[in-house]
Amino acid sequence: MSSAGRPTMTYREALRAALREALREDERVFLMGEDVGAYGGCFAVSLGLLEEFGPERIRDTPLSESAFVGAGIGAAVAGLRPIVEIMTVNFSLLALDQILNNAASLLHMSGGQFNVPLVIRMTTGAGRQLAAQHSHSLEGWYAHIPGLRVVAPATVADARGMLRPALDDPDPVLFFEHGSLYNTSGPLEEDPAPVDLDHAAVRRPGGDVTLVTYGGSLPPTLEAADHLAAGGVDAEVIDLRTLRPLDDATIMDSVRRTHRVVVVDEGWRSGSLSAEVSARITEQAMYDLDGPVERVCSAEVPLPYAQHLEEAALPRPDRIVAAARRLLE
Amino acid sequence: MTRARRSAPASAPAAAHDHRLGLLRTMILVRRFEERCAELYSATRIRGFLHLCVGEEAVAAGVLGCLGADDTVVSTYRDHGHAIARGVPLDSLMAEMFGRVTGCSRGRGGSMHLFDRATNFLGGNAIVAGGLPLALGVALADHLRGDRRITTCFIGDGAVAEGEFHESLNLAALWHLPLLVVCENNQYAMGTALRHEHARTDLALRASSYGVAAWAVDGMDVLAVEGAARLAIEQIHGGAGPHFLEMRTYRFRAHSMYDPDRYRDKAEIAAWKTRDPIDHLIGLLRAEDRLTDDVLARIESEIDTLLEAAVTTAEAAPLEPVADLTRFTTSERGGTP
Repeated sequence: MSSAGRPTMTYREALRAALREALREDERVFLMGEDVGAYGGCFAVSLGLLEEFGPERIRDTPLSESAFVGAGIGAAVAGLRPIVEIMTVNFSLLALDQILNNAASLLHMSGGQFNVPLVIRMTTGAGRQLAAQHSHSLEGWYAHIPGLRVVAPATVADARGMLRPALDDPDPVLFFEHGSLYNTSGPLEEDPAPVDLDHAAVRRPGGDVTLVTYGGSLPPTLEAADHLAAGGVDAEVIDLRTLRPLDDATIMDSVRRTHRVVVVDEGWRSGSLSAEVSARITEQAMYDLDGPVERVCSAEVPLPYAQHLEEAALPRPDRIVAAARRLLE
Repeated sequence: MTRARRSAPASAPAAAHDHRLGLLRTMILVRRFEERCAELYSATRIRGFLHLCVGEEAVAAGVLGCLGADDTVVSTYRDHGHAIARGVPLDSLMAEMFGRVTGCSRGRGGSMHLFDRATNFLGGNAIVAGGLPLALGVALADHLRGDRRITTCFIGDGAVAEGEFHESLNLAALWHLPLLVVCENNQYAMGTALRHEHARTDLALRASSYGVAAWAVDGMDVLAVEGAARLAIEQIHGGAGPHFLEMRTYRFRAHSMYDPDRYRDKAEIAAWKTRDPIDHLIGLLRAEDRLTDDVLARIESEIDTLLEAAVTTAEAAPLEPVADLTRFTTSERGGTP
């Protein structure tokens, strides 16, 4: 129990609780994907659900990303509420055709006749020495696509509270879980309110500099904010939560108060989500800035295996602190 | 035409005369619609990619006539025949060709993306094999709900070379889904002949390797098509799982209106044209003294009138206001796209 008297839970357990609740409350919901059943989930998120809900609703699939993601799209169009799990974002590229050419396009292409109320969950990100084909952060690519909603829960509470609104969304929602977050823990209400997927969250208020981030980069960014605070710098931390559509209002409101921005994004810098956020700040709040928008992103290499190289490639707290200090000089 | 074990059983008892006339009318309607589209295209009144199914009408007419109103149909970019035979209103199809808001996809889909919710017509899909996983999912939903419905997915021979074909047939068989896959084997994937794209050209055999019941059918004979489709659907309803029908057919025209068609031998085209599915059924009905010149002329004239009306209505129809450009990108709920 935490000091506040609320139970603590891991990010993994919070996701599982959200899945269990969705499966119990709506018989149209089913989970389908790689190792979700007998294995208990690639990252143990769905452990125990097969026993509780049976193989029709906790449906193991072959390693056929295109077919089972497409099947989720078809089942959604036909009135069910599928949750499709792909092991990592790298593997989702095998289903990119279905996600872009069907899920994101059917509503528009059909003149509004066919909705795709589908949730696709997958892990993203590095930090576990899994090397290039299991470590990339490609959610920014998906955030490029009109017709999709892209979300990235960064906290235990968001892991618990984002699934229900994602399932309530009449359009496809891509749900990115950073692999380094599964073992994080935090306090949680017994019956938490659903998360508002239209708005970013201010995770730490501050007046000197705005740190904009999301997902797995939230913990290192908060750590950086603590370092900055120890040096007398009051950083505001914004967690985007939803990468498409972006909540411009929360970002610009903060920029107009702090006049300095660092965008922290584990994606590569070129053509990244951080580039989009930076461009929007220039478009909407340039005259409120005291200096150029700083970006802390992953080094532009396929993520290496060796621990020291992987660490050097990622947006670690010291790099975030250094970027913020450059703005304050 | 194929080894007996995979041949479709002999077609059902002779269909009633009116029924056969209905099949003939559907095939003629599809052909005249497409001929009209080709004219309108050449006159630059309709644009985009235009893929015609002239020569393949028996497949659309024969299969779609067997389906129930609740069944779902997933089509390809060569989708005019499927949409017409499914009963998507002709006026809305022609309006879609003209990009009008009254089109079946509000002018946002065009020739390759005809959609119609009312007839469960889940689109022309322009990604080769891209409709298969989608159809799989609709069949899975019906299966999970215990609905007595089937999903029919049309593909071409080119789709058999795509990974999605193999992934989807494996899953359909594994999960025992109520899915009918109809492969229109017109012998060419765009401009590449079957023998140049497949190590094994017997497509029914390849589908059957997944444990899917698969038959090769004479796709130029609408009664053979219908007999095979009806039997497959009965077996799917009886719990036999997915079926695959390889319809051996031919397109008399090029892949699209852009295609100069340099890759086909004129003698080959001429040989297939002697097996024109419309002429074939007319010949059959005449041999039975069941079709007079008067009846045929009446069908043609009635279709001509319908098409003229559809073109006139479509050309006069309004365009979607540009202010609505981003509508339907996401569902309407007051948010930003």
